[in-house]
Amino acid sequence: MSIWEYANPVKFMRVSGAMLPWTVAAAVLCCVAGVVWGFLTPLDYKQGATVKILFLHVPAAMMAINIWVMMLVASLIWLIRRHHVSALAAKAAAPVGAVMTLIALATGAIWGQPMWGSWWEWDPRLTSFLILFLFYVGYIALWSAVEDPDSAADLTGVLCLVGSVFALLSRYAVLFWNQGLHQGASLSVAPGERMSAIYRYPLYLSMLGFFLLFLALLLIRTRTEIRKRRLAALIAREMRT
Amino acid sequence: MIELGKYAVTVWMAYGVSAILLVGLIWHTVAANARARRELKKQEDHG
Repeated sequence: MSIWEYANPVKFMRVSGAMLPWTVAAAVLCCVAGVVWGFLTPLDYKQGATVKILFLHVPAAMMAINIWVMMLVASLIWLIRRHHVSALAAKAAAPVGAVMTLIALATGAIWGQPMWGSWWEWDPRLTSFLILFLFYVGYIALWSAVEDPDSAADLTGVLCLVGSVFALLSRYAVLFWNQGLHQGASLSVAPGERMSAIYRYPLYLSMLGFFLLFLALLLIRTRTEIRKRRLAALIAREMRT
Repeated sequence: MIELGKYAVTVWMAYGVSAILLVGLIWHTVAANARARRELKKQEDHG
């Protein structure tokens, strides 16, 4: 059995339909448990209650970058092998990625105001995240602007390749530039920098929850795109006859 | 009651904004899927 079998829309609809209830249930369970557990953690000796924002900010930021990477892989599959489901999956993932980026930016600004004394700083990581958000908006707009779906998939695929520079930059910006306010990785394994288990475990659960939420939304949105594509094909056939 | 100290407004604001954005995204996803399913069924029944 090959992975390319799932590029067949009929097969994808059958498999995703079976997966969906389990994915939704797991996403709801992990998201609610992770975020509630995070909310109930004790106050941090430095950050006070603002440490609770971590359980939204870190998973959202992680997904913002990884969704773009997923879109890059799906776009490359479209550009190289011309599988329609991969192009539609990339299109379906973009609004989820945009919302995740917006949550990361908003929760970061809300946390930054009391901790840094500023809602916004032109820090390398913050700036590259803002650019990543603009790439998401541009990607969604480009899909809407081009009428022919194959041309739209080609153009957005190229845009996705270009935007990948900023997705990677937003992940590694704090390592490239030894400046800016944003701290290093929250889940560092370096000795002395490791987060306390009190915060680490709910954060893992919250990250898993956000990943499963993305997976559930991706399946639903890709199914929507396949239905819309079939509807357009049926209408076009009716017009011809 | 959970003690949030002087940062209560900050924490609730972060959770509130995130909840609004996530609920909006989920609502949009489910509504668009229901609409596409309904329109496709109508077209298939018609054809």
